[in-house]
Amino acid sequence: MSNTIYNQFDREVHPPYLAPEYKSTILRAPTKPLVILKQSLSELTGPVFGDFNLGEFDHDLTKNSIKNGEPLGERIVVHGKVMNENGQPIPNTLIEIWQANACGRYVHKVDQHDAPLDPNFLGAGRCMTDKDGNYKFYTIKPGAYPWGNHYNAWRPNHIHFSLFGANITNRLVTQMYFPGDPLLQHDPIFLGVPPKGRELLISKFDLDATEPNFALGYRFDFVLRGHNATPFEKI
Amino acid sequence: MKQTPSQTVGPYFAYGLTPEQYLYDFKQLVGNQMVSPIEQSEAITITGKVFDGNGEVIPDAMIEIWQNDGENKLFGRFGTGTDPQNRFIFSTIKPQSFAGQAPYLSVIVFMRGQLIHSYTRIYFSDEPQLNSTDEVLNAVPAERKHTLIAEKKGNLYEFNINMQGENETVFFEV
Repeated sequence: MSNTIYNQFDREVHPPYLAPEYKSTILRAPTKPLVILKQSLSELTGPVFGDFNLGEFDHDLTKNSIKNGEPLGERIVVHGKVMNENGQPIPNTLIEIWQANACGRYVHKVDQHDAPLDPNFLGAGRCMTDKDGNYKFYTIKPGAYPWGNHYNAWRPNHIHFSLFGANITNRLVTQMYFPGDPLLQHDPIFLGVPPKGRELLISKFDLDATEPNFALGYRFDFVLRGHNATPFEKI
Repeated sequence: MKQTPSQTVGPYFAYGLTPEQYLYDFKQLVGNQMVSPIEQSEAITITGKVFDGNGEVIPDAMIEIWQNDGENKLFGRFGTGTDPQNRFIFSTIKPQSFAGQAPYLSVIVFMRGQLIHSYTRIYFSDEPQLNSTDEVLNAVPAERKHTLIAEKKGNLYEFNINMQGENETVFFEV
Protein backbone atom coordinates (compact mmCIF):
# COMPACT_ATOMS: atom_id res chain seq x y z
CA MET A 1 0.00 0.00 0.00
CA SER A 2 2.71 2.42 0.97
CA ASN A 3 4.38 2.17 -2.42
CA THR A 4 1.21 2.83 -4.37
CA ILE A 5 1.08 6.16 -6.13
CA TYR A 6 -2.09 7.15 -7.92
CA ASN A 7 -1.77 8.75 -11.33
CA GLN A 8 -2.50 12.43 -11.69
CA PHE A 9 -5.31 13.79 -13.81
CA ASP A 10 -4.63 13.03 -17.45
CA ARG A 11 -4.67 16.57 -18.80
CA GLU A 12 -4.89 15.23 -22.36
CA VAL A 13 -8.53 14.45 -21.69
CA HIS A 14 -9.56 16.55 -18.67
CA PRO A 15 -10.71 20.15 -19.15
CA PRO A 16 -8.59 23.06 -17.89
CA TYR A 17 -9.79 25.37 -15.13
CA LEU A 18 -10.03 28.32 -17.48
CA ALA A 19 -12.19 27.86 -20.59
CA PRO A 20 -13.23 31.42 -21.47
CA GLU A 21 -16.05 30.34 -23.81
CA TYR A 22 -17.70 28.99 -20.67
CA LYS A 23 -17.96 32.39 -19.05
CA SER A 24 -18.33 31.40 -15.40
CA THR A 25 -14.81 29.95 -15.46
CA ILE A 26 -13.31 33.42 -15.86
CA LEU A 27 -13.72 34.51 -12.23
CA ARG A 28 -13.64 31.04 -10.72
CA ALA A 29 -10.59 29.37 -12.26
CA PRO A 30 -7.48 29.27 -10.07
CA THR A 31 -4.75 31.30 -11.78
CA LYS A 32 -1.62 30.15 -9.95
CA PRO A 33 0.15 26.88 -10.69
CA LEU A 34 -1.04 23.87 -8.72
CA VAL A 35 1.35 22.74 -5.99
CA ILE A 36 2.32 19.10 -6.44
CA LEU A 37 1.23 17.11 -3.42
CA LYS A 38 3.03 14.05 -2.20
CA GLN A 39 0.18 11.57 -1.67
CA SER A 40 -0.26 10.42 1.89
CA LEU A 41 -2.79 8.48 3.91
CA SER A 42 -5.70 10.78 3.23
CA GLU A 43 -5.19 10.69 -0.55
CA LEU A 44 -4.82 6.91 -0.58
CA THR A 45 -8.14 6.44 1.22
CA GLY A 46 -11.62 7.85 0.93
CA PRO A 47 -15.15 7.58 2.25
CA VAL A 48 -16.82 4.17 2.10
CA PHE A 49 -20.59 4.03 1.76
CA GLY A 50 -22.57 0.97 2.71
CA ASP A 51 -25.46 0.03 0.45
CA PHE A 52 -27.63 -0.40 3.54
CA ASN A 53 -28.20 3.34 3.29
CA LEU A 54 -29.85 3.11 -0.11
CA GLY A 55 -33.60 3.15 -0.62
CA GLU A 56 -35.38 0.48 -2.69
CA PHE A 57 -35.94 2.81 -5.67
CA ASP A 58 -32.88 5.02 -5.36
CA HIS A 59 -31.58 3.58 -8.65
CA ASP A 60 -34.94 3.95 -10.41
CA LEU A 61 -35.79 7.59 -11.11
CA THR A 62 -38.98 6.50 -12.90
CA LYS A 63 -40.27 5.26 -9.54
CA ASN A 64 -38.50 7.09 -6.73
CA SER A 65 -40.65 10.21 -6.78
CA ILE A 66 -44.08 9.01 -7.89
CA LYS A 67 -46.92 11.11 -6.45
CA ASN A 68 -49.94 10.36 -8.63
CA GLY A 69 -48.72 8.56 -11.77
CA GLU A 70 -45.78 7.71 -13.98
CA PRO A 71 -43.29 10.41 -14.94
CA LEU A 72 -43.62 11.64 -18.53
CA GLY A 73 -40.95 11.12 -21.17
CA GLU A 74 -38.88 8.42 -22.79
CA ARG A 75 -37.83 5.70 -20.33
CA ILE A 76 -34.17 4.73 -20.59
CA VAL A 77 -31.84 2.36 -18.83
CA VAL A 78 -28.27 3.60 -18.36
CA HIS A 79 -25.65 1.05 -17.40
CA GLY A 80 -21.94 0.40 -17.55
CA LYS A 81 -18.83 -0.42 -15.61
CA VAL A 82 -16.65 1.62 -13.29
CA MET A 83 -12.98 0.74 -13.54
CA ASN A 84 -9.58 2.34 -13.16
CA GLU A 85 -6.97 3.03 -15.82
CA ASN A 86 -5.40 -0.32 -15.08
CA GLY A 87 -8.67 -1.95 -16.20
CA GLN A 88 -9.54 -3.16 -12.72
CA PRO A 89 -13.25 -2.93 -11.87
CA ILE A 90 -14.19 -0.79 -8.88
CA PRO A 91 -16.82 -2.64 -6.83
CA ASN A 92 -19.11 -1.26 -4.12
CA THR A 93 -18.57 2.37 -4.98
CA LEU A 94 -21.26 5.02 -4.76
CA ILE A 95 -22.65 6.66 -7.92
CA GLU A 96 -25.01 9.61 -7.57
CA ILE A 97 -26.94 11.13 -10.46
CA TRP A 98 -29.15 14.15 -11.08
CA GLN A 99 -30.74 15.53 -14.20
CA ALA A 100 -33.47 17.64 -15.79
CA ASN A 101 -36.86 16.12 -16.60
CA ALA A 102 -38.05 15.25 -20.11
CA CYS A 103 -38.92 18.91 -20.74
CA GLY A 104 -35.48 20.20 -19.76
CA ARG A 105 -36.51 21.50 -16.36
CA TYR A 106 -34.70 20.87 -13.09
CA VAL A 107 -36.53 20.60 -9.80
CA HIS A 108 -33.91 22.97 -8.38
CA LYS A 109 -35.36 26.22 -7.01
CA VAL A 110 -32.80 28.27 -8.94
CA ASP A 111 -33.95 26.86 -12.31
CA GLN A 112 -36.42 29.35 -13.75
CA HIS A 113 -36.61 27.88 -17.27
CA ASP A 114 -40.21 28.19 -18.49
CA ALA A 115 -40.84 24.47 -19.00
CA PRO A 116 -43.15 22.33 -16.87
CA LEU A 117 -42.08 20.44 -13.78
CA ASP A 118 -43.22 16.83 -13.58
CA PRO A 119 -44.85 16.09 -10.22
CA ASN A 120 -43.77 12.46 -10.55
CA PHE A 121 -40.12 13.08 -11.35
CA LEU A 122 -37.45 14.40 -9.00
CA GLY A 123 -34.47 13.60 -11.19
CA ALA A 124 -32.08 12.38 -8.48
CA GLY A 125 -30.85 8.88 -7.78
CA ARG A 126 -27.92 6.75 -6.68
CA CYS A 127 -26.63 3.21 -6.63
CA MET A 128 -23.60 1.17 -5.72
CA THR A 129 -21.54 -0.72 -8.27
CA ASP A 130 -21.76 -4.49 -7.88
CA LYS A 131 -18.82 -6.81 -7.21
CA ASP A 132 -17.74 -6.52 -10.87
CA GLY A 133 -17.97 -2.73 -10.96
CA ASN A 134 -21.26 -2.67 -12.88
CA TYR A 135 -24.09 -0.19 -12.30
CA LYS A 136 -27.57 0.37 -13.72
CA PHE A 137 -30.11 3.19 -13.49
CA TYR A 138 -33.63 3.51 -14.83
CA THR A 139 -34.62 7.06 -15.67
CA ILE A 140 -36.27 9.38 -18.18
CA LYS A 141 -34.25 10.85 -21.03
CA PRO A 142 -33.49 14.44 -19.97
CA GLY A 143 -34.49 17.32 -22.25
CA ALA A 144 -32.27 20.11 -23.54
CA TYR A 145 -32.62 23.51 -21.90
CA PRO A 146 -31.48 27.09 -22.48
CA TRP A 147 -28.89 28.82 -20.30
CA GLY A 148 -27.45 32.29 -20.08
CA ASN A 149 -23.87 31.77 -21.20
CA HIS A 150 -24.37 33.46 -24.60
CA TYR A 151 -27.17 34.30 -27.02
CA ASN A 152 -29.37 31.26 -27.75
CA ALA A 153 -27.22 28.92 -25.67
CA TRP A 154 -28.73 25.47 -25.05
CA ARG A 155 -27.31 22.62 -23.04
CA PRO A 156 -27.30 19.24 -24.81
CA ASN A 157 -29.22 16.40 -23.15
CA HIS A 158 -27.13 15.17 -20.26
CA ILE A 159 -27.11 13.34 -16.96
CA HIS A 160 -24.85 14.51 -14.11
CA PHE A 161 -22.78 11.81 -12.41
CA SER A 162 -20.78 11.86 -9.16
CA LEU A 163 -18.39 9.00 -8.36
CA PHE A 164 -16.04 8.25 -5.48
CA GLY A 165 -13.91 5.28 -6.54
CA ALA A 166 -11.06 3.86 -4.51
CA ASN A 167 -9.97 7.06 -2.76
CA ILE A 168 -10.17 10.84 -3.03
CA THR A 169 -7.81 10.99 -6.01
CA ASN A 170 -10.50 8.99 -7.84
CA ARG A 171 -13.23 11.56 -7.17
CA LEU A 172 -15.07 12.38 -10.38
CA VAL A 173 -18.02 14.62 -11.18
CA THR A 174 -18.98 14.57 -14.82
CA GLN A 175 -21.82 14.64 -17.33
CA MET A 176 -22.94 11.89 -19.69
CA TYR A 177 -24.20 12.92 -23.13
CA PHE A 178 -26.21 11.12 -25.80
CA PRO A 179 -25.03 10.01 -29.25
CA GLY A 180 -25.85 12.23 -32.21
CA ASP A 181 -26.86 15.29 -30.21
CA PRO A 182 -26.52 18.33 -32.52
CA LEU A 183 -26.10 20.66 -29.53
CA LEU A 184 -22.78 19.12 -28.52
CA GLN A 185 -20.80 21.07 -31.11
CA HIS A 186 -22.21 24.33 -29.69
CA ASP A 187 -21.81 23.61 -25.97
CA PRO A 188 -18.83 25.31 -24.27
CA ILE A 189 -19.04 22.95 -21.28
CA PHE A 190 -18.65 19.86 -23.49
CA LEU A 191 -16.14 21.68 -25.71
CA GLY A 192 -14.14 22.64 -22.60
CA VAL A 193 -12.83 19.07 -22.74
CA PRO A 194 -9.85 18.65 -25.10
CA PRO A 195 -10.77 16.95 -28.41
CA LYS A 196 -9.18 13.66 -27.28
CA GLY A 197 -11.56 13.42 -24.34
CA ARG A 198 -14.88 14.39 -25.91
CA GLU A 199 -15.93 11.02 -27.29
CA LEU A 200 -15.41 9.56 -23.81
CA LEU A 201 -18.36 11.62 -22.53
CA ILE A 202 -20.88 10.34 -25.08
CA SER A 203 -22.87 7.23 -24.16
CA LYS A 204 -23.54 4.51 -26.71
CA PHE A 205 -26.98 3.31 -27.70
CA ASP A 206 -27.17 -0.31 -26.54
CA LEU A 207 -29.76 -2.54 -28.17
CA ASP A 208 -28.73 -5.47 -25.95
CA ALA A 209 -29.52 -3.45 -22.84
CA THR A 210 -32.77 -2.16 -24.33
CA GLU A 211 -35.72 -3.75 -22.56
CA PRO A 212 -38.49 -4.77 -24.99
CA ASN A 213 -41.67 -2.72 -24.67
CA PHE A 214 -40.12 -0.79 -21.79
CA ALA A 215 -36.92 1.26 -22.08
CA LEU A 216 -34.09 2.14 -24.49
CA GLY A 217 -30.61 1.16 -23.34
CA TYR A 218 -27.48 3.30 -23.18
CA ARG A 219 -24.03 2.21 -22.08
CA PHE A 220 -21.57 4.51 -20.35
CA ASP A 221 -18.37 3.25 -18.73
CA PHE A 222 -16.26 5.22 -16.29
CA VAL A 223 -12.49 5.11 -16.06
CA LEU A 224 -11.05 6.57 -12.85
CA ARG A 225 -7.43 7.34 -12.14
CA GLY A 226 -5.21 4.29 -11.87
CA HIS A 227 -1.97 3.66 -10.04
CA ASN A 228 1.56 2.54 -10.55
CA ALA A 229 1.37 -0.71 -8.59
CA THR A 230 -1.14 -3.20 -7.39
CA PRO A 231 -2.69 -1.96 -4.15
CA PHE A 232 -3.25 -5.50 -2.92
CA GLU A 233 -0.50 -6.98 -0.87
CA LYS A 234 0.72 -10.35 -2.05
CA ILE A 235 0.06 -13.12 0.44
CA MET B 1 -7.51 3.13 -20.82
CA LYS B 2 -8.18 6.84 -20.83
CA GLN B 3 -9.64 8.57 -17.78
CA THR B 4 -13.23 9.77 -18.07
CA PRO B 5 -13.04 13.57 -18.31
CA SER B 6 -14.50 15.79 -15.63
CA GLN B 7 -17.40 18.18 -16.18
CA THR B 8 -18.77 20.90 -13.96
CA VAL B 9 -21.09 20.09 -11.06
CA GLY B 10 -23.22 22.96 -12.42
CA PRO B 11 -25.73 25.11 -10.55
CA TYR B 12 -28.32 22.39 -9.88
CA PHE B 13 -26.49 19.78 -7.81
CA ALA B 14 -28.38 20.46 -4.59
CA TYR B 15 -31.36 18.10 -4.92
CA GLY B 16 -29.07 15.26 -5.98
CA LEU B 17 -26.05 15.67 -3.71
CA THR B 18 -27.21 17.73 -0.71
CA PRO B 19 -31.00 17.27 -0.80
CA GLU B 20 -31.87 17.51 2.89
CA GLN B 21 -29.67 20.56 3.42
CA TYR B 22 -31.61 22.34 0.64
CA LEU B 23 -34.97 20.92 1.82
CA TYR B 24 -35.67 18.59 -1.09
CA ASP B 25 -37.68 15.44 -0.48
CA PHE B 26 -34.86 12.92 -0.93
CA LYS B 27 -32.75 11.21 1.69
CA GLN B 28 -29.24 12.58 2.06
CA LEU B 29 -26.36 10.14 2.50
CA VAL B 30 -23.90 12.63 3.88
CA GLY B 31 -24.04 16.10 5.39
CA ASN B 32 -22.00 18.55 7.40
CA GLN B 33 -22.23 16.84 10.79
CA MET B 34 -19.17 14.67 10.43
CA VAL B 35 -19.51 14.16 14.18
CA SER B 36 -22.38 15.08 16.42
CA PRO B 37 -21.47 18.32 18.21
CA ILE B 38 -23.71 17.29 21.09
CA GLU B 39 -22.24 13.84 21.63
CA GLN B 40 -18.60 14.70 20.91
CA SER B 41 -17.22 17.03 23.51
CA GLU B 42 -14.09 17.69 21.43
CA ALA B 43 -16.11 18.66 18.33
CA ILE B 44 -14.90 21.68 16.39
CA THR B 45 -16.64 23.86 13.83
CA ILE B 46 -15.03 24.71 10.50
CA THR B 47 -16.60 27.58 8.63
CA GLY B 48 -15.77 29.93 5.79
CA LYS B 49 -16.79 31.42 2.49
CA VAL B 50 -15.71 30.87 -1.08
CA PHE B 51 -14.82 34.02 -3.06
CA ASP B 52 -14.52 34.57 -6.81
CA GLY B 53 -12.00 36.77 -8.61
CA ASN B 54 -14.07 39.91 -7.91
CA GLY B 55 -14.17 39.14 -4.20
CA GLU B 56 -17.85 38.20 -4.41
CA VAL B 57 -19.09 35.36 -2.22
CA ILE B 58 -19.92 32.25 -4.25
CA PRO B 59 -23.37 30.96 -3.28
CA ASP B 60 -23.36 27.75 -5.33
CA ALA B 61 -20.17 25.95 -4.38
CA MET B 62 -20.09 22.49 -2.85
CA ILE B 63 -17.38 21.63 -0.36
CA GLU B 64 -16.35 18.12 0.65
CA ILE B 65 -14.06 17.34 3.57
CA TRP B 66 -12.25 14.05 4.08
CA GLN B 67 -9.99 13.24 7.00
CA ASN B 68 -8.12 10.11 7.95
CA ASP B 69 -5.53 10.28 10.68
CA GLY B 70 -5.19 6.52 10.90
CA GLU B 71 -7.85 6.37 13.59
CA ASN B 72 -10.87 8.43 12.62
CA LYS B 73 -12.12 8.44 9.04
CA LEU B 74 -14.70 11.16 8.49
CA PHE B 75 -16.40 12.63 5.43
CA GLY B 76 -18.68 15.63 5.06
CA ARG B 77 -20.37 17.59 2.29
CA PHE B 78 -22.08 20.99 2.32
CA GLY B 79 -23.28 23.52 -0.24
CA THR B 80 -22.85 27.25 0.22
CA GLY B 81 -26.44 28.04 -0.84
CA THR B 82 -28.39 27.73 2.41
CA ASP B 83 -26.54 29.77 5.04
CA PRO B 84 -27.70 33.42 5.02
CA GLN B 85 -24.07 34.49 4.57
CA ASN B 86 -23.33 31.68 2.10
CA ARG B 87 -20.83 30.07 4.44
CA PHE B 88 -19.95 26.40 4.54
CA ILE B 89 -20.14 24.98 8.03
CA PHE B 90 -18.87 21.59 9.26
CA SER B 91 -18.79 19.88 12.64
CA THR B 92 -15.90 17.50 13.03
CA ILE B 93 -13.02 16.65 15.30
CA LYS B 94 -9.49 17.83 14.79
CA PRO B 95 -7.39 15.02 13.34
CA GLN B 96 -4.28 13.84 15.14
CA SER B 97 -0.84 14.21 13.73
CA PHE B 98 -0.08 11.19 11.54
CA ALA B 99 3.52 10.15 10.81
CA GLY B 100 4.86 13.47 12.09
CA GLN B 101 2.71 15.56 9.74
CA ALA B 102 0.78 18.59 10.89
CA PRO B 103 -2.92 17.73 11.30
CA TYR B 104 -5.04 18.68 8.30
CA LEU B 105 -8.31 18.10 6.51
CA SER B 106 -8.48 17.28 2.80
CA VAL B 107 -10.87 19.56 0.94
CA ILE B 108 -12.49 19.13 -2.47
CA VAL B 109 -14.12 22.20 -4.03
CA PHE B 110 -16.82 21.97 -6.73
CA MET B 111 -18.82 24.73 -8.37
CA ARG B 112 -20.47 25.99 -11.50
CA GLY B 113 -17.65 27.57 -13.50
CA GLN B 114 -15.19 24.81 -12.61
CA LEU B 115 -14.96 22.13 -15.25
CA ILE B 116 -12.83 20.10 -12.86
CA HIS B 117 -12.79 20.13 -9.08
CA SER B 118 -9.99 21.60 -6.95
CA TYR B 119 -8.13 20.03 -4.06
CA THR B 120 -6.86 21.99 -1.10
CA ARG B 121 -6.14 21.36 2.59
CA ILE B 122 -7.08 22.95 5.88
CA TYR B 123 -4.32 23.21 8.49
CA PHE B 124 -4.85 24.67 11.97
CA SER B 125 -3.48 27.94 13.36
CA ASP B 126 -3.00 26.47 16.83
CA GLU B 127 -0.39 23.98 15.58
CA PRO B 128 2.50 26.36 14.87
CA GLN B 129 5.15 23.80 15.79
CA LEU B 130 3.94 20.99 13.52
CA ASN B 131 2.99 23.45 10.78
CA SER B 132 6.54 24.80 10.71
CA THR B 133 8.06 21.39 10.06
CA ASP B 134 5.36 19.96 7.78
CA GLU B 135 6.67 18.67 4.46
CA VAL B 136 3.59 19.66 2.45
CA LEU B 137 3.33 23.15 3.94
CA ASN B 138 7.02 23.69 3.36
CA ALA B 139 6.62 22.77 -0.32
CA VAL B 140 4.25 25.72 -0.69
CA PRO B 141 5.71 29.16 -1.53
CA ALA B 142 6.20 30.89 1.83
CA GLU B 143 4.02 33.87 0.99
CA ARG B 144 1.07 31.59 0.13
CA LYS B 145 1.26 29.26 3.13
CA HIS B 146 -1.22 31.29 5.17
CA THR B 147 -3.99 30.48 2.66
CA LEU B 148 -3.95 26.90 3.93
CA ILE B 149 -4.21 27.67 7.63
CA ALA B 150 -7.60 27.98 9.32
CA GLU B 151 -7.67 30.65 12.00
CA LYS B 152 -8.91 29.61 15.42
CA LYS B 153 -11.57 31.99 16.67
CA GLY B 154 -12.93 30.79 19.99
CA ASN B 155 -14.61 27.47 19.38
CA LEU B 156 -14.39 27.56 15.63
CA TYR B 157 -11.88 27.68 12.85
CA GLU B 158 -12.36 30.06 9.97
CA PHE B 159 -11.10 29.08 6.53
CA ASN B 160 -11.94 31.16 3.48
CA ILE B 161 -11.30 29.91 -0.03
CA ASN B 162 -10.21 32.46 -2.61
CA MET B 163 -10.39 31.16 -6.16
CA GLN B 164 -8.27 34.04 -7.45
CA GLY B 165 -6.61 37.27 -6.34
CA GLU B 166 -3.84 38.31 -4.03
CA ASN B 167 -4.72 35.66 -1.47
CA GLU B 168 -5.59 32.91 -3.94
CA THR B 169 -5.83 29.67 -2.01
CA VAL B 170 -3.20 27.08 -2.74
CA PHE B 171 -4.70 24.23 -4.78
CA PHE B 172 -2.88 20.96 -5.19
CA GLU B 173 -2.13 18.59 -8.02
CA VAL B 174 -3.09 15.50 -6.06
